[in-house]
Formats: sequence, C-alpha cells, structure tokens
Amino acid sequence: MCFAAYGGIITLSTPQEEQPAVKQYSCFDVLGPVMIGPSSSHTAGACRLGQLARAISGGEVSDARFYLHGSFAATFRGHGTDRALLAGVLGMQPDDERLPESFAIARSLGVTYEFSTVDLGEDAHPNSVSMHIRDSAGTTTHITGASLGAGKVKITSIDGLMVDFSGDYHTIITLHHDRPGIVARVSSELAAHSVNIAFMKVFREQRGSNACMVIESDQSFPEGLGRVVSQIPGVRRTVVLEPI
Amino acid sequence: MQNLSSGNDLLRRAAELGVSIGKVVEMHEAESQQQDIAKVRARMSRVLSVMRESATRGLTEPRQSVGRLIGGEAKHMNDLIEGGRALSGRTVSRAIALALSVSEVNASMGKIVAAPTAGSCGILPGAVLSVGEALGKDDSDLIDALFLAAGIGMVIGKNATLSGAEGGCQAECGAACAMAAAACVQLAGGSPEQCVHAAALALKNELGLVCDPIAGLVEVPCAKRNGMKAAEAIAAADMALAGIKSVIPFDEVVAAMYRIGKLIPVSLKETSLGGLAITPTGTRLAHEIHKNAPHPDI
Repeated sequence: MCFAAYGGIITLSTPQEEQPAVKQYSCFDVLGPVMIGPSSSHTAGACRLGQLARAISGGEVSDARFYLHGSFAATFRGHGTDRALLAGVLGMQPDDERLPESFAIARSLGVTYEFSTVDLGEDAHPNSVSMHIRDSAGTTTHITGASLGAGKVKITSIDGLMVDFSGDYHTIITLHHDRPGIVARVSSELAAHSVNIAFMKVFREQRGSNACMVIESDQSFPEGLGRVVSQIPGVRRTVVLEPI
Repeated sequence: MQNLSSGNDLLRRAAELGVSIGKVVEMHEAESQQQDIAKVRARMSRVLSVMRESATRGLTEPRQSVGRLIGGEAKHMNDLIEGGRALSGRTVSRAIALALSVSEVNASMGKIVAAPTAGSCGILPGAVLSVGEALGKDDSDLIDALFLAAGIGMVIGKNATLSGAEGGCQAECGAACAMAAAACVQLAGGSPEQCVHAAALALKNELGLVCDPIAGLVEVPCAKRNGMKAAEAIAAADMALAGIKSVIPFDEVVAAMYRIGKLIPVSLKETSLGGLAITPTGTRLAHEIHKNAPHPDI
C-alpha cells in the first residue's frame, strides 16, 4: 500500500452552516494566474498536471514519460509544454522562473524523462497527456489529465481507472477493491472529523473488481486521515493531496 | 451577500456605498473568499508587482520568443519614445511599449499575470501603469484600479466568456481592453458611470475580433495587438472622461459580444485554421516551427 500525505499545519474547523462547499469566482481568477508564459492552457496548466502527477505517484520521481495528445502534441515545443510538464513533475509551481530550465534541472537531479505523442481517441480533450511516473522504489503510476484553459486542469485516469477531479480542493483518493462498506467507512471518518465534502465520486472497472474513490473538500483533512484510510481492508492505495 | 453579476450591479452597489467600483469589488472579494481586506489587497499588490516587472523588463532587454517570431519590439518602441519621435504622445506611446514588453516576456517564457489571459496579458498593465505614471498615482490607487478591472472582467466572464476558444479574441484582448479602459477612468478620477461607459465603448470596438495566431503560438499577431489595445483603452477612457456615453449599455454590449462569439467559425477561434494563420507566410512559418516536432497519429 502506498500512502502520501501533504501536511503543513492542519487545523480542524467547526463546519459553519453558511460555508460554501464550492469556490466563488474570484478577482484572482480574472487577474491570474501569476504564471510562466506563454499559455495558460499549454504552459501553466501543463505544469499543474505535472504537479498532480508527482503528488499522485508519491512525490519522489526517478523517471517520467509523457505522451501528448491532440493540440498538446501539435504545439508543445512552441508553448514550452514539455518543459512545463517536467517542471511540475519536479515539484515547481507554474510561476517558478526556473521552469524553462526544467530539462537541465532534471538532468542535474538524475531524473530521466522522455516525450512523445499518442492518440488517446476522439473523446479525449484536445489538451490531454498521459504520464507514466516511476518513483524511487521503482513503482510506476499511470496518470492521464487534460488542461482545460485558464490554468484549470483535470485528472482523468489513475492506473487505468477513470476519475475526474481538478486538484483545486483538498483531495483524498483511494484505489480499492469494489466491495460494500469502503465508501461508507471513508466518509464516516471524514464526518467524525467534521470535514465538509464538496464532491465525491466513485468509479469502478466493473462490479466486484478495481474501484477508485475521489473525495474533494475545501477544508484541510485531519492529520493522519490518510493513514487511517489506508488501513481499511480492501484499500490498495491512498493518496492525499493539498490544493495545488 | 450581494451579487456583482452585471455592470448595473457594480454601479448600484457603488452608489449605495458611496465608493468607487474598485472598492466595491475589493470588499466583495474579501467577503466571498472569507478573507481580510488586508490579505486581499496584499495579493493584488503582488499582481501589480509582477505586472510592473514584466512591463519594464522588455524595454531594455529584448527577449526572443520560443517560436522566434517576435522579440525586441518593446525596445524598438521605447527607443522611438526616448528619441522623441513617437506620434502618439507620451502616455499612449508608453502604454504601447509597456504592453509589448509584457507580451514579449510572456512569449519568451517569463513571468506574467494572465489578465484575463496570457494572450491578453499586456493590455491592462500597459494602460494602467502608463496612465498611473502620467497622473502621479501611487500603488494604492493602482491596486484600486486593478480591483475595478477585475470586477469588469468578472462581469464579462459570468455573462459572456473570457476564452478565445469560445469567443475569439473579443473575449481575451477585447475583455482586457474594456477592463483597462474602465481602470484608466477610475485612475483619472472619473465617476463609476464613466468607468462603465469606457468599458462599453472599448468592448464595442472589439466586436468580431477573431483569434487566428500563427502556428498556434501566442506571438503573432498577439503581442502587437496587446500594444495597440493598450492605446485603444486610453482612447476609450478619454472619450468617457469627456462625457461621451456608450449608446448601448455595457451589459448589452457584453451579451452582444457573447452572441457574436458563438457565430465566429471554429477556424477563427484559437485553432489556427483560418485568417492570418493560413496566409502563405503564416503557413510557411508554422511549418518551419513545427517541422522538428513529431507528428501526432491521425
């Protein structure tokens, strides 16, 4: 089982009756993001996809392979999409001025990388990428995602399981065997810690086989939640993500 | 909590509170995001700082774009101004130079603020910084003006679109120009009504503007368009300050922009399948830029 937690100071908060679960449109959605150019979809969004791939795979990357689809595949050099994806996988933010140098930085860290193109089919978003991230223990995670514009992204699959989340929220992801009770156990842990769920989605390959649950909240998860969840029988893997 | 979903909402709230539209937007941001005013202002101060840095860098340090289609235009413009040869007067010509600089920094993978997008990132800083300098305004006034600009942008985003892929360049450079025009009026001490008229006048001038960039990159015609729209924003601001009103109210212009955007063919909305992108020169340049990139499977 693999467990990744992104801590910092996590405070438990009392849920307020009026607290919105979904983010309000902000001034800084219009005057923002602060980013490395040239393109919020092909550069800033690509960097965020790389960051999410790093976090989902566990945080210590030894090798990264990127397969670009559609418009990403057609214009990636001119938009620095390749440099941005790799920068995100190395842990850089979309406004990190070292982003254009990510190839050299990867080499200096001993991280190997490769870029090529792929056809993910006509249903895939035109700015999609499939990322194969190998961690320092040799485990590879397959993550696909799409850059939606304005720096917004979504993750569309993890290890072949279809998902759909943005990385804008505190997110907990479990990969588990599809059986009754797991969803209830996880959500009751959250309720016990007064965490307000904004979105919850469950996906499965087919009944009784591999499944995936994604829960998004606008509150931090309590310390240790990831550990508790990873110990629920049937849970193969747990990932806890801070908003990126 | 009050809604700020239209130009009329902004005007009504400004009148109720007896403050500028910038202040209305700032207070609304603090309330809707559940943060202190001080924190919200500090964040906008950071936005201003990145804008200023990106606007001045290119004036003296030319930077080649990734696609190598542009680079050095901001310095050329700045040299013209410093040589006393600019026809358009100090404030406007400097706005052009600053806007060109931001666009150049963007196209060469430097740090900018999307305002509202990376493709239109030069217009608001170019106009606001130049007008601010000309009027001797301090950072606090510039921050107030940026809040107003954000408010105008949010109205356009909520009722139309800020995305070139959806609305063409009307939605990106057009929106930025409207935001900048309003911001310049507020800096000059114009009334909230004049700010909104300036936004309407500017946006009306953008209707039908298509997005057909060469090789799909944010370089040609984007960077020079940013330069010109910084100038247009100041022109719209001057008209509004002169008491010229937009016959069609701002909210109706926004709705028109949205409808027109839907009628623009996909080939002219950020796909590089029409217009400038398929001129002989555009086609040749695209081929040269991408000839080393692997071809996607069809």
